[in-house]
Amino acid sequence: MNTPDHDLRALLKNAVAPIADTELKRDLWPHMLNKLNQRPMRVSRLDWVLVALSLTGCLLFPRIILALLFHL
Amino acid sequence: MLLHDFTQGDIGAFERIFRQFQGQVYGWIVRIVRNPAAAEDLTLEVFWRIYRARARFDPQRSFTAWARRIATNAAMDYLKSAPREVLLDESAPALKSPSTKSGIDLALVQQALHALPAKFRVVAILALVEETPYAEIAEATGLPMNTVKSRVFRAVRMLRKKLTRLGIQP
Repeated sequence: MNTPDHDLRALLKNAVAPIADTELKRDLWPHMLNKLNQRPMRVSRLDWVLVALSLTGCLLFPRIILALLFHL
Repeated sequence: MLLHDFTQGDIGAFERIFRQFQGQVYGWIVRIVRNPAAAEDLTLEVFWRIYRARARFDPQRSFTAWARRIATNAAMDYLKSAPREVLLDESAPALKSPSTKSGIDLALVQQALHALPAKFRVVAILALVEETPYAEIAEATGLPMNTVKSRVFRAVRMLRKKLTRLGIQP
């Protein structure tokens, strides 16, 4: 294909050859399974905010602890 | 049925899908990042993203197209964050013969290509080196075809500018 970019394309192909071998050499499923099992359970930001608010509330108003215990 | 089971979180269905498509996903990624080890890691990352997003996938749509778009995004993230030198394919003939017959230093050409911003480098590699059709690039990147053409055009212009600055007239 003789486009205006023909020379540039040829130069690029000389410098960065097209990938000839795109075949996957091994089954990655065992690695995928490890990845699925290793991913730690993520705690959402909202949960952390609620924990922080509860702790702050307990520090500022210790009577809240009794109320919290009552509701547990 | 398989895709439907996958969206419901069936790990067996996910395994079958993984085994069926891992080669395709890897093949696409390695063309972009040009590094087999990184492409394997990214293939796992792509399927991790796919697994996490399973509930949002519509089984009536093409899984291949969806996976390819996620793969392109993952490859683009890699290009943005990876050090430039690891992007060179060590098996490329350029490293064995560092200059063309006309005496152009190919390492400088690689340098110019790798200096492009990731979004331009991806389309430049796919369109100019791998000769991937624009329509295929558009589908994989989620961009309109005209945007892909415009990015290739701009990538070519940037490459010419950089090469000229390095003393190379392509």
